[in-house]
Amino acid sequence: MSMKRIMAMASAAIILSVALTGCSGDKKDASSSIVVGIPQDLEDSLDPHEAVAAGTKEILFNIYEGLLKPDETGNLNPAVAEDYSVSEDGLTYSFTIRDGITFQNGKKVTPEDVKYSIEKSAGMMGSPSLIPAFSNISEVVIRDDRTVDIVLASPDIDFPAYIASIPASIIPAESANDASKLCGTGPYKFVSRSPQENIILKKYDGYWGTPANIENITLKIIPNADSIVMNLNGGAVDMFARLTATQTQQLSDKFNVLEGEMNLVQAVYLNHAVKPFDNVDVCRALSYAVDVDNILELTSDGKGYPVGSSMFPAFKKYYVDLSDTYPTDREKAKELLASAGYPDGFSFSITVPSNYQPHVEAAQVVSQQLKEIGVNAEIKLVEWNTWLSDVYAGRNYEATLIGVDASSLTATAMLDRFVSDADNNFTNYSNAEYDELFKSLYQAPTEESRIEIYKELQKNLADNAANIYIQDMTEFVALSDKYEGYVYYPMYVQDFAKLKIKEQ
Amino acid sequence: MEKFLFRFRKNPELYIGAAISAVMMLIIIAGVLFSPYDPDSMDAASKFASPSLKHLLGCDNFGRDLFSRLTLGGATTLLIAFFTVLIGITVGTLVGAFTGYYGGAVDEVLMRFNDAVLAFPSILLALVFISVFGSGTWKVIISLGIVFVPSFARIVRSEFMRCKNLDYVRSARLMGAKDIRIMFVHIFPNTVPVVLSSAVIGFNNAVLAEAGMSFLGIGVQPPASSLGRMLSDAQAFLFSEPGYAVFTGVTIALMVLGFSLLGDGLKKNA
Repeated sequence: MSMKRIMAMASAAIILSVALTGCSGDKKDASSSIVVGIPQDLEDSLDPHEAVAAGTKEILFNIYEGLLKPDETGNLNPAVAEDYSVSEDGLTYSFTIRDGITFQNGKKVTPEDVKYSIEKSAGMMGSPSLIPAFSNISEVVIRDDRTVDIVLASPDIDFPAYIASIPASIIPAESANDASKLCGTGPYKFVSRSPQENIILKKYDGYWGTPANIENITLKIIPNADSIVMNLNGGAVDMFARLTATQTQQLSDKFNVLEGEMNLVQAVYLNHAVKPFDNVDVCRALSYAVDVDNILELTSDGKGYPVGSSMFPAFKKYYVDLSDTYPTDREKAKELLASAGYPDGFSFSITVPSNYQPHVEAAQVVSQQLKEIGVNAEIKLVEWNTWLSDVYAGRNYEATLIGVDASSLTATAMLDRFVSDADNNFTNYSNAEYDELFKSLYQAPTEESRIEIYKELQKNLADNAANIYIQDMTEFVALSDKYEGYVYYPMYVQDFAKLKIKEQ
Repeated sequence: MEKFLFRFRKNPELYIGAAISAVMMLIIIAGVLFSPYDPDSMDAASKFASPSLKHLLGCDNFGRDLFSRLTLGGATTLLIAFFTVLIGITVGTLVGAFTGYYGGAVDEVLMRFNDAVLAFPSILLALVFISVFGSGTWKVIISLGIVFVPSFARIVRSEFMRCKNLDYVRSARLMGAKDIRIMFVHIFPNTVPVVLSSAVIGFNNAVLAEAGMSFLGIGVQPPASSLGRMLSDAQAFLFSEPGYAVFTGVTIALMVLGFSLLGDGLKKNA
């Protein structure tokens, strides 16, 4: 990681943490509170237009909202916008701003704020866009004091889903030159951040929708996976999402363990710019050698949903089950390796962020399984920051075991990162056929034809063994029996507003 | 027999330490050579199997045989400790010999540098080296080796300073022996008892340092096993499967106890 980048991240974090306090300012009320453990600090950014880490976005979901907002069933409901309409050619989306909606600093949301936010997240302000599909926006027009039109260059039925994603959140226009003015319209507002220690959120009383139940939320950062159980059992933390099966078995009976789907694709992501992963036979050999059922048995007591491509089962409309593309066949794997010119196997390293215990455990099993075909996979444990800068941003790695989620409720969000020139193509996947297919999405006339293309894209990834696909993990959530109301979403978010204290 | 009892009473540490160390070494060597299980092979069916005749100490969270892993982990840890001490003694003896024998400016410069290294807590210094070199078995050895040099250098230097003006050295010099010959043929053998006892204590420290670093996740990387790494893995199951952590902890404790008694005994004899 370059020094400049560290400095930039550090200063951004300091400015934001000092600044965002400006949004709050009323006295503390300890009437009800909960301590939620999270595995990493929100280091990448607290600006919804810049945050890339799933672990950051799932928290920002409580602070910021877009014009629309997804609910737990995957529907897109109006949020900052009260209503919207689409022109007949599918090019103009007209949003009516909710009457009386305010930012957490008490100011009314104006059409200027909406225009600013959409243009910023579309990359029209110079900063890079996290939503590639927003390059399709040709202009944002303020029609009157409550209506904003977003005009597209070509129709895109996924557009409402992008509008509902966290990187398209609405923030005050005045935050452009003054980061201290940054705040959202969500049910919780940001109070403070102590780096590597905690983040404090407080209920926003002026929230337009169903108000949150719990007044204060402390997000306690527990980067050491080994101490999570101790923190829970010791009473320091009331809730922790995404535990491993073994961790849940050690919890005291003061906790309820909930099970759901994580909605991500856990895989060994291969860097195709690095030898030998530029050779499709090598990738296929590795996929044949890895026994997903065995991984599930060893790491999660068999719980989990095997996947065969970059799509998780909750996206029912688009999902095609490809988990049987590479049944475990070590003989075939060896043949493929030999034909690719590696009869004696080869060595590579799997970089794994050490704070994600499920990935660390899965990596150990994968490494052991690959040994059987003579491939020596060394595990390199790194800090989460190092992973973000070296692997995700720097693409300086050979393979990494991680879970990739969807940043918006669209199939595109899972698949656009494999287009060869995509900004977020951290695996350096480059396949002309895939690029062609992806481009044809924008010309597809009907939803059915689009779904067909999505399925083709998934098959392309599976056929070319783009990555060693493992599973959509089971999400175990430990929640103290004093609380209830944890809600699973079909995307990687945590909704704190629905948590409440159990009636005794 | 009486003679032995007399010696034993005079220096029980030496014998108890030697016995514990010897038994541990034997078990580790026998385990690595003759273990019926591949220490890395995973088996979902025997996940957390309890100790039995099939698996002497039971199995870990991946169904790997704990005894095989402990012997392999012990061997890795011993290997790291051995090479760490080897680097420390070799470099430390050279530095100590030259600075102690010649004194003067070289002594001043090297010893101040030595003091600077000693001024940092050793594990912290090793962490810095690890962050520069990266983690992994051989990198741990190099990092710890560098950290261990100064203490040996000091010990050897003080021995050389004491010996260089003794009569036998003077007469050797009068007979025209070269400096190098005096240093390593005449003086060095006299420092061996002191160096040996500090080597054993150093060995001990190296075992603990490796365990500490691997426990923190910066030493030996999975799936390779070392005692520290295993203890760190076992920590997650401390309450549900205490056997894993207890067996690993006892292994480290016995190893350290054996070597530290041995070191004390050697010191007494020296």
